[in-house]
Amino acid sequence: MARMASTRRVAISSLAAWLAGFLIFFPILWMVLASFKTELEAFAIPPSFLFFHWTTENYATVQERSDYLHHALNSIIVAGGSTLIALLIAIPAAWSMAFSPTKRTKDVLLWMLSTKMMPPVGVLVPIYLIYRDFALLDSRAGLVFILCLGNLPIVIWMLFTYFKEIPKDILEAARMDGATIGRELIYVLTPMAVPGIASTLLLNLILAWNEAFWTLNLSTLNAAPLTVFIASYSSPEGLFWAKLSAASTLAIAPILVLGWFSQRQLVRGLTFGAVK
Amino acid sequence: MGQITLENVQKSFGPVHIIKGADLDIADRSFVVFVGPSGCGKTTLLRLIAGLEDVSGGKILIDGKNVVDVPPAKRGLSMVFQSYALYPHMSVRGNIAFGLKMAGLSRAEISKKVEEAAATLNLTPYLDRKPRELSGGQRQRVAIGRAIVREPKAFLFDEPLSNLDAALRVQMRLEVTRLQKQLGTTAIYVTHDQVEAMTMADKIVVLNAGKIEQYGSPLELYEKPANLFVAGFIGSPKMNFMTGDVAARYGAATIGVRPEHLKIARNGEGWPGTILVAEHLGSDTFIYVDAGPIGTLTARHVGELDLGSGDRVMLSAEPVRVHRFDQSGQALRA
Repeated sequence: MARMASTRRVAISSLAAWLAGFLIFFPILWMVLASFKTELEAFAIPPSFLFFHWTTENYATVQERSDYLHHALNSIIVAGGSTLIALLIAIPAAWSMAFSPTKRTKDVLLWMLSTKMMPPVGVLVPIYLIYRDFALLDSRAGLVFILCLGNLPIVIWMLFTYFKEIPKDILEAARMDGATIGRELIYVLTPMAVPGIASTLLLNLILAWNEAFWTLNLSTLNAAPLTVFIASYSSPEGLFWAKLSAASTLAIAPILVLGWFSQRQLVRGLTFGAVK
Repeated sequence: MGQITLENVQKSFGPVHIIKGADLDIADRSFVVFVGPSGCGKTTLLRLIAGLEDVSGGKILIDGKNVVDVPPAKRGLSMVFQSYALYPHMSVRGNIAFGLKMAGLSRAEISKKVEEAAATLNLTPYLDRKPRELSGGQRQRVAIGRAIVREPKAFLFDEPLSNLDAALRVQMRLEVTRLQKQLGTTAIYVTHDQVEAMTMADKIVVLNAGKIEQYGSPLELYEKPANLFVAGFIGSPKMNFMTGDVAARYGAATIGVRPEHLKIARNGEGWPGTILVAEHLGSDTFIYVDAGPIGTLTARHVGELDLGSGDRVMLSAEPVRVHRFDQSGQALRA
């Protein structure tokens, strides 16, 4: 009896999980489907789900009208660059806060996090003016800089919680074993921290790739990443749903693939420390 | 060589004095146990010797050389941690070899020494496993292997057996003692378990609230406790203490008699009382006696005793078995 009840419970919860998963996934699916429709079918009511005239003409149009590769390259440079610089700054920062904390470490961490609580639009005007004066508008360096700063608090926090989980005993054991600080870093700490650094890197890459506020406001063409590429299909002449969907699909495809292959790392990164 | 001397070693964290001036002489090849209740500073004292904490004052001499400014890596000591602290990403072989690798030994030498250590500790079949694939007892042995392979001047053990189950603990206790004797390396061992202390140590250091209460062989501590704290801490069940008129008759502020030294009789001379509880273990009988104004006394009788709750008994002790303490709790010697 108990066995049957538990089978049923498993069935119900799997069903609920699939349903929730489908709900979350549906907008992406709908976007991909819309990208293969004609403009007319894309906003037809009632909407057609699978039985419509499949076409790839939107992709051709998008390619024709704008340079996908140019924007994709910008996205890679901006997301990758900001992530790498953020890590270079965050690793030593998180390291020292985790392993030689002071009385103010908690306050510093909270203060850093508090900068994420402010709406970015609050500082848009000053930053825009600074960028204008320093000729950083529409430059890759400018975007790398702002995204790096924007994500730094989160990167430091993630790494901090990771490093915190490394037992101090193990570092002391290495010290007793005759390891200098440098060798302790190379042989003991880094190998133990690699999974944490990897998932922080992935998450930050995704955040930077998807960041739209600063990229839309601070770039127009030269440095414009894929977010700007998508936005360019929402024009004053009206929305082109099918083309917008095609552009969006193209824009999220690389990061979706990356996310798919690294989902284990990502989940571990997001739930790390929650369960022992 | 592994002679360790502490001279007025002090440690404070901010305003809190953890170690209030410790003097100690640990002879080469001896097995010394630091024992005391939790929070007494025993682990701190061990970490000071290891160099994992800096002293606030005093000297630590290893083979006559002051090492307070020497980093842990250069003190030539090895440590076994309570949590084992194995490197999780390295195999057993890698764990044991790490210290040798850091010392810059050749690959062949490292391999030879690791094999030897593994053989001593019955770890040979597990050399290529990761720590997470080992049981608690095996992990503990890897931690010990990592300590012995470096041939240190002394081993420092920080409650190494407290995470093991009771049966394994007894077995490992024997193994550690045997290994220490076989290698002839000085060992300092921290524990809160007085049975471990009594069974393993050549000499015991009893610590209380950052102070060394007594330093001596297990039997010295048992037979001649220096003060009330040591008298109460060493021995199980605890020593009976009596104050007031009973003590005054012996010319002391407090007297103490160990449960195994109380003679139990149905009548005759002694302290009269009523048995509250009698525990019959077969090999021993423990009785808890309400002795009126004296308080509750515990007595131990070897073998079976035909007495039970409610029976009247007389308890007495030979004068030589009575420990006498003055007002300040220090032992009075005849």
